[in-house]
Amino acid sequence: MTLLTHDDSVAPAGGGDASSLLEPTSGRRGDSVFKIVALAAGLVVLGILALIAISTTREAWPAFQQEGFGFITSSTWVPADGKFGALAFIYGTILSSFIALVLAVPVSLGIALYANEAAPRRLRKPVVYVMDLLAAIPSVVYGLWGIIVLAPAIQPVYKAISGAVGDIPVLGWFFNGDSGRSYMTAGIILAIMITPIITSLSREVIATVPSAQREAAYGMGATRWEMIRAAVLPWSRGGIVGSVMLGLGRAMGETIAVALVIGSQSQITAHLFEAGDSMAAVIVNQFGEASGIHRSALIGLGVVLFGVTIIVNVSARGIVSRFDRRSQGA
Amino acid sequence: MSPEIAAPNAEVVAPTTAPVSEAPSVVFDVRELDVYYGEFRAVRDVNLQVLQHEITAFIGPSGCGKSTVLRCFDRMNDLIESARVDGKILYHGIDLYDPRIDPVEVRKRIGMVFQKPNPFPKSIYDNIAFGPRLSGNKGNLDDIVEHALRRAALWDEVKDRLKKSAMGLSGGQQQRLCIARAIAVEPEVILMDEPCSALDPIATARIEDLMQELKSDYTIIIVTHNMQQAARVSDRTAFFTTEVNSESDTRTGVLVEFDSTDKIFSAPADERTENYVTGRFG
Repeated sequence: MTLLTHDDSVAPAGGGDASSLLEPTSGRRGDSVFKIVALAAGLVVLGILALIAISTTREAWPAFQQEGFGFITSSTWVPADGKFGALAFIYGTILSSFIALVLAVPVSLGIALYANEAAPRRLRKPVVYVMDLLAAIPSVVYGLWGIIVLAPAIQPVYKAISGAVGDIPVLGWFFNGDSGRSYMTAGIILAIMITPIITSLSREVIATVPSAQREAAYGMGATRWEMIRAAVLPWSRGGIVGSVMLGLGRAMGETIAVALVIGSQSQITAHLFEAGDSMAAVIVNQFGEASGIHRSALIGLGVVLFGVTIIVNVSARGIVSRFDRRSQGA
Repeated sequence: MSPEIAAPNAEVVAPTTAPVSEAPSVVFDVRELDVYYGEFRAVRDVNLQVLQHEITAFIGPSGCGKSTVLRCFDRMNDLIESARVDGKILYHGIDLYDPRIDPVEVRKRIGMVFQKPNPFPKSIYDNIAFGPRLSGNKGNLDDIVEHALRRAALWDEVKDRLKKSAMGLSGGQQQRLCIARAIAVEPEVILMDEPCSALDPIATARIEDLMQELKSDYTIIIVTHNMQQAARVSDRTAFFTTEVNSESDTRTGVLVEFDSTDKIFSAPADERTENYVTGRFG
């Protein structure tokens, strides 16, 4: 009450002195230090990224100069003749990663939803634990398992499938060939490797769905599945796509496991059961004995891989944000 | 403590807006209801009856179990793994906790509006259409959506932006949207769990007006922290309070008194009720 009536020119009765408000306080220094440190950390990441891009591009320059756009549009890769066209490897990287996603995403989401929504409470921890354990297995072990166990075991399956559908249009274009080491085998191995990543990240995202959203759906008489579709998936879609992107990044960059099981053939074919090659696999297979222009061509593969990963990521983000805008109607 | 509940023939607060000429029928008959979370007894010995086309208010201090009891009416407590219910809640004579009862069906007939407005991050239209689509409603969704929005007094404000996100609405509009969403499945009962606690006074007044309008078609149970709100909107009021269990230092909710709202606020039978409604406690 007194505050409303007292004269503006008179200090409040409590003897309050506001002039100290004008002086900077020592606590502010902590804020500015933190700001600088955080900024520096952010810039370091960008700096490292830029340095990698610049130095690898420079190393690869002789090959880029010699081949021009042929480096990514030609599929003739014959180091002995000095021909370096990476298209088949780009194709192999994308195809094997795509197969991996098709196989891994539904399984990962299924596990994540099971662990978060459906499993009895006492089973949740073990499920999560086993998935995290899978992520800890070194990739060379997956590769060896793929080459020793999976490839020989699955080859008759490929043969049977391509025998059954090989003459049918469309299906026959894809499900054809009978090589144990193939795009498909690489895709399967990659799927197993990225499942734990996608599972654990999307599980965390799903756990952030507000219970108010779940209750809203349940309160309307939704079953568990209807609740998941109405509340959980829309809410966590962005995060799930992010986790899928991380999985895709891992699949595209995966080296040794793919090198062991993809078959090392420089060819472009829609036949999933035939051997191919991927950029990372070529690098690891050939780098040891490469020199001169061959070496710079291999580094060039690394640059292209880097670029493809960025393009895939950016476009996926773009698709998701457009989709989000539309579905939220904002 | 057994509340003096009017048998259907007794003179109760006249449900003036209700078009029913005969005495209102009993929708819920709660008998000796206890709710447990694990070993902990959250609420004990609740007995009350909820009459058709009336607004029943649950009031009481925090932790008295009023929301817990409310959530028994549509089996929302089932979602909490440790929750368990003793006693009976008869819904038109059928025990809601009979093992043959499907809680999903229960929730279609008994809608719920929550403390914080919780529209889905979808368009206004899709929010309202959610329930009818769940029920596989093949009728004209546009009509259902319009009707529900009109019923919730929201139509004029949103009719030009039905395809826009519900998240862009104000808090009060979101809460009316949630009421419309509940109405769209044509429930018989609407449960409201402190529906105005996140809203400003003007939005609150609109919701209260809306409740009066909805009363003619629906039976409403509202949990509220706000005694004035209970006094303004409800026909009957149940006052809950907490008892401290001395040996375990836990608190159990208990129904103190259940009567017509006029009686609860003007001449309560129990001293604890009087202390609460006169502001001496809680």
